[in-house]
Amino acid sequence: MKIAVIKYNAGNVCSVVNAVRRLGVDPLVTDVADEIRQADCVLFPGQGEAAYTMQYLRSSGLDKVIKSLTQPVLGICIGMQLMCRHSEESNTDCLGIFDAEVKRFIPAEHCQKIPHMGWNSLHNLKSPLYNGIGEGDFVYFIHSYYVNRNPYSIADCDYIQPFCASMHKDNFYATQFHPEKSGQIGEQILRNFIALSNKQ
Amino acid sequence: MSLAKRIIPCLDVKDGQTVKGTNFVNLRYAGDPVELGKAYSDQNADELVFLDITASYEGRKTFTDMVGRVATELSIPFTVGGGIHEMKDVDTMLNAGADKVSINSAALRNPQLIDEIASHFGSQVCVVAIDAKQEADGQWQCYINGGRVPFGKMLYAWAKEVEDRGAGEILFTSMDHDGVKHGFANDALSRLSEMLSIPVIASGGAGNMQHFRDVFVEGKADAALAASVFHYGEIKISELKHYLHDEGISVRL
Repeated sequence: MKIAVIKYNAGNVCSVVNAVRRLGVDPLVTDVADEIRQADCVLFPGQGEAAYTMQYLRSSGLDKVIKSLTQPVLGICIGMQLMCRHSEESNTDCLGIFDAEVKRFIPAEHCQKIPHMGWNSLHNLKSPLYNGIGEGDFVYFIHSYYVNRNPYSIADCDYIQPFCASMHKDNFYATQFHPEKSGQIGEQILRNFIALSNKQ
Repeated sequence: MSLAKRIIPCLDVKDGQTVKGTNFVNLRYAGDPVELGKAYSDQNADELVFLDITASYEGRKTFTDMVGRVATELSIPFTVGGGIHEMKDVDTMLNAGADKVSINSAALRNPQLIDEIASHFGSQVCVVAIDAKQEADGQWQCYINGGRVPFGKMLYAWAKEVEDRGAGEILFTSMDHDGVKHGFANDALSRLSEMLSIPVIASGGAGNMQHFRDVFVEGKADAALAASVFHYGEIKISELKHYLHDEGISVRL
């Protein structure tokens, strides 16, 4: 099993690497196109700012590499947002894998803090990515921008309003939350993702 | 359901061992931080905070190694604090695997550090801890150096500045309540929570389970941090969560 973790300028990726190692696989952290293309599955994690990270992906050519991948790809947090069409964050054109818009949370009342930070529950689960995960199970979120529920949604969450916690299209999967920081639930989701590459 | 209120055990670490002070003095030993962290994670703790209270260079290295072990073995978010003075220290901790760093005295001495951390690593990485004590006139004075030296800035003004500079969270410790186990500083906390638009972590004063209910309901805190009540088994986190759930508070069970 070869797992590639895409190396780019969106914070360090060591929590994702550690999580994959706990599942018994030593992933390759790389920004080399061929190494990414040859992996059985690809993780596209990160925390960062949309314009800054997109600019880096474009200048390094990683944008085209990611879009052309055919094995299972999992975008996490900013990874998911960058897979969308456009982000309100610095008015950034993104990869456009998912035809969805990334918007900024606007609090409806004062007690709704931004970022949405902490543990929240998943609903309307519909994908093998969520095998063994129950409706209402908690995962860890930390984000100020969100994607509305859409035809690609495979899990929803509610903060200020219902929003899309996870998406799927073809070989591309994405989570707004951090499975690598979501305890046993997150470990199961990562295990499910890795299992997808055995089925292709 | 909605966003869960977080329960955060805090582990004070000296030379690789967990300790907890009462009113910031009289340290008692309470075990290996990584083992303790795992035990808390198994009990459904939502996050962990590791505070380095070592001053020596050797102790600092031991702490960095410990952060690496925590990151390898634990699958929940954790914050590290203590001894973080400049960007280089932040970089070291994040590279070792910490999710967030907490800065305290360094932020008061050099507020620009908050802006730098937020712009380089993102606001979500930057927790600003504030230790404050209520003076005779009712004002809350901020302290530096582990609560030993009054700094001359007042709590609410400082908290607002911290938010404006881009901090992701505020960890407020009432020195008057810390270690006394009579409950959190709910009046100050609710005022902080109402004036800020970033999450507030309450610290100092947890003695029983009702104190946690009160800090969420009356103190309007987003998260509650405690140490000794968890370390010495006076409160089990799993039991605390069920109690809070029965009290109608959203928690991750």
